[in-house]
Amino acid sequence: MSDSPTIRLSVPSTAQAGELVEIKVMIQHPMESGYRRGVMGERIARDIIKYFRCSLDGEVIFQTQFYPGVAANPLLSFYTRAEQSGTLLFEWIDQQGVTWSEQADLMVE
Amino acid sequence: MKSRRRILQALASLPAAGFLRPLAAKGALDTAQFDQAVTEVFGPGQRVTPGRVTVSIPAISENGYSVPLGIEVDSPMTQADHVRELVVISQSNPLPVIARFQFGPRSGLAKVSTRIRLADSQRVYAVAQMNDGSLWSGYGHSIVTLAACVI
Repeated sequence: MSDSPTIRLSVPSTAQAGELVEIKVMIQHPMESGYRRGVMGERIARDIIKYFRCSLDGEVIFQTQFYPGVAANPLLSFYTRAEQSGTLLFEWIDQQGVTWSEQADLMVE
Repeated sequence: MKSRRRILQALASLPAAGFLRPLAAKGALDTAQFDQAVTEVFGPGQRVTPGRVTVSIPAISENGYSVPLGIEVDSPMTQADHVRELVVISQSNPLPVIARFQFGPRSGLAKVSTRIRLADSQRVYAVAQMNDGSLWSGYGHSIVTLAACVI
């Protein structure tokens, strides 16, 4: 796994108060299941992202636990109700505890 | 000549085997993995009511390594009535639990989508736990033409 995987976010920059906002996030990661075998028949070790968390100014909005049944480069689409402006923090934590994060500002009018 | 005949016979029997398998699977629905996963996640002796959960999955998945999955739970998502957790359960993957999603009243809408791996043609269940502790479930079925390699 490279040190800085590609993270893609789709978050609207502005929203009306009370509006439902769709958030889409994707991180580049092999999500190696641990069930595949290599060319020599050896088992390829499991390497997955276990947790994803989205919080707005410290309050968790949505979180996920991933298992090996999730496809590579995990993509998530979820919703939040826009109530106040703030910074959305997206965090991914892998099985070794390595964390990757990204931020996006959401302006509520 | 003899081996050629044997190959032809083997080839002729292939499509038949392929058609028979899903029929056999439909006859005896295997819910063992589902029950096991519900016990594992929510504890023993839980009652799961079918309904309120909609699972969207393609009827035919050409690539089992990446199957788009969408789930929506019928809930107002208010402080008094919201979905606490949503668990995706596979009928025949080596690991029954595929993903767990936790919501809160701030979510606004209990709708999520992602991409999953399927090792075989199977049902994909979603079980939602509401804030009052009740469990609701829904499922979708997908026929997988190229299964995600698991062995």
